[in-house]
Amino acid sequence: MILALLAVVQIGSKAFTESVIVAEMAAQVARSAGVSAVHRRELGGSRILWDALLRGQIDAYPEYTGTIAQELLPGQGDLRDRVAAKGVVMSQSLGFSDSYAIGMARRTAERLGIRTLDDLARHPELRLGFSNEFMDRKDGWPALRAAYRLPQRNVRGLEHDVAVRALAGGAIDATDLYTTDAEIAAYDLVVLEDVRRFFPDYEAVLLWRKDLPASAVEAFRRLEGRISARQMIELNARVKLRREPEAQVAAEFLASALDVRSTPRIESRARRIAARTVEHLQLAGLSLALAVVVAIPLGIAAARRPRSGQVLLGFVGLVQTIPSLALLVFMIPLLGIGARPAIAALFLYSLLPIVRNTAAGLSGIPPEIRDSAEALGLPRLARLRLIELPMASPSILAGIQTAAVIDVGTATLGALIGAGGYGQPILTGIRLADLGLILEGAVPAALLALLAQALFELLGRFFVPKGLRL
Amino acid sequence: MCKDLRGAHDPAGAGSLQTCAPAPRAVQGTVPAVLELEGVAHRFGRLGPLDLRVAEGETLAVLGPSGAGKTTLLRLLLGLLAPDQGVVRFRGEDVRALDPAARRRRIGYVVQGGGLFPHLTAEGNVTLVARWLKWPQERIARRLEQLQHLARLPEGALQQYPAQLSGGQAQRVGLLRALMLDPEVLLLDEPLGALDPVTRFDLQEDLRTAFEQLRKTVVLVTHDLGEAAFFAHRIALLYQGRIAQEGTFEELSRAPADPYVARFIHAQRAPLERLR
Repeated sequence: MILALLAVVQIGSKAFTESVIVAEMAAQVARSAGVSAVHRRELGGSRILWDALLRGQIDAYPEYTGTIAQELLPGQGDLRDRVAAKGVVMSQSLGFSDSYAIGMARRTAERLGIRTLDDLARHPELRLGFSNEFMDRKDGWPALRAAYRLPQRNVRGLEHDVAVRALAGGAIDATDLYTTDAEIAAYDLVVLEDVRRFFPDYEAVLLWRKDLPASAVEAFRRLEGRISARQMIELNARVKLRREPEAQVAAEFLASALDVRSTPRIESRARRIAARTVEHLQLAGLSLALAVVVAIPLGIAAARRPRSGQVLLGFVGLVQTIPSLALLVFMIPLLGIGARPAIAALFLYSLLPIVRNTAAGLSGIPPEIRDSAEALGLPRLARLRLIELPMASPSILAGIQTAAVIDVGTATLGALIGAGGYGQPILTGIRLADLGLILEGAVPAALLALLAQALFELLGRFFVPKGLRL
Repeated sequence: MCKDLRGAHDPAGAGSLQTCAPAPRAVQGTVPAVLELEGVAHRFGRLGPLDLRVAEGETLAVLGPSGAGKTTLLRLLLGLLAPDQGVVRFRGEDVRALDPAARRRRIGYVVQGGGLFPHLTAEGNVTLVARWLKWPQERIARRLEQLQHLARLPEGALQQYPAQLSGGQAQRVGLLRALMLDPEVLLLDEPLGALDPVTRFDLQEDLRTAFEQLRKTVVLVTHDLGEAAFFAHRIALLYQGRIAQEGTFEELSRAPADPYVARFIHAQRAPLERLR
């Protein structure tokens, strides 16, 4: 069973549409070759994916040569060799490059006869609007202006989405783009040719671990050189603008371009929600169970030794002040990506309410009752089990309830590090600006939190002794 | 006769209390001490150093104002506190050398208000330790039956939770709990302190009957002179952590050992004497 799981090739993707589509293609092409492969979607950014690949938590993912050369492995020498030194194989280009580029509305470009960036320099009257990041980066607008001696004076910083719409509406004449942006097709834009090769190359490639089985490698290689920029723009547009499922889009492309027959794994909405529910319950449930097992003894210790107890409470309180997102990210170097680091972070998060309520419940027992119990001659453990814990049970249970509600809510962030759960549709929904998808995660998450609340009210009837409820 | 002349309700004045007080049963020195404090001091409890003997079968009242160290003294006798100096002996042995749990089971303890565990029924409270010691069911039932007539609890009270009991009932249940394992010594901390006068009246009577029937060694801590005189063979007046005087009620009122004893006794008797 475990061996079978290990034999599954895990393909990761970054949290943006193109990466998800390409990873989906890789998974499907591998499956069509008889390799059992899964696609772990939207695991995070470049650094997270790269680290996960080196650790063997994933076996392959789509990357861009520019990102490898500048962010992941900066240095000299052949890129392929540098990657190989890390035990990773880089494919040939998949056939398209997703670089920075300058785009214009086709109408304007054709009217003015602009095809290249050199042509742009001959029209100082044009209004330019760039994304704020591009305006600020040293290798962005300032360098571009110098390289092509661009004379335009009317230059503004805008949000990327706003810039594209401004371009389509005619409010500006040119903006920065990625060369495979879905908007290029949607708004009928043209990308100006970078004749002086100012922008670094961001050729799309697949990276995989050297130890991957030959059958998988062979399948991946079939994608090399097969996806053109025009096709990629079209695929991005189908997903992003027409809301078609990535798996479906990838399958249709494979069928037409490579004659690969693959059955995309497209789940019905009910199926999807059921799968996310299982994941979410695992995240919240396991972390809560661990927290209960650890926090109740800690709370007992804190009540018994109030001074060290203060230190302990201070410490678990400190953990609570770390923003949940940061805590998740801190876990990655220790535990990688996926459910384990998410469970660890949620576990740390749910300690405080349980430790605090256990300690408070125990310290709140009146001294005469404490003395009576001790005077009865019951040893320490028996007093704890027969008297103190039952008396503190309402408080302890309230602490667990608080932790459970926190866990259910915070577990939605787990999707950011590949842990799945209700956060997954929320994350994808935000990326695709798809409200339905966001609600598909948000509504069940809210319901689950209410359910947890109700469940603990009910548990109170069983666990809190009757005498304390009078 | 005696029944009508008790404590705060004594219309004839506290002076007649002495005629009601139990006759001294034990003569110090001839009867072995059950509990004995020798040069005992506790710094945080502001107690001692002091010596005290509790003889077999006697009822000793430790009397004193609040803050005198009464509760600290009780906790030392129970072994809930260890003395900073001196020795506490139980039947001649240093209490610290005895297995604490076993020792405590030989000493019953009743606190003000009963100190009942709110999550257990009255019966659950009374039988808790017996059940933990794995007494057979019949033995527990038998012992409960023996005790029940002592406590005079209303029908069904044992099935109630502490929150459903009156103050007097809770105190009686506390007494039953302390007596369940048939301890050799009974320690009571202000057993009547929080009760209304009528309940107090009934319980006083029942407690004294119980002490006499059981023939147990009893140490009672109280700030109420009438209560001390009513129950005890002997009174130890505690003041600022020391024993100011030890003796029968009669001895204390006739020959106070120092001005404080005289004041303490006067303060509690005077209101009643003004009624004359």
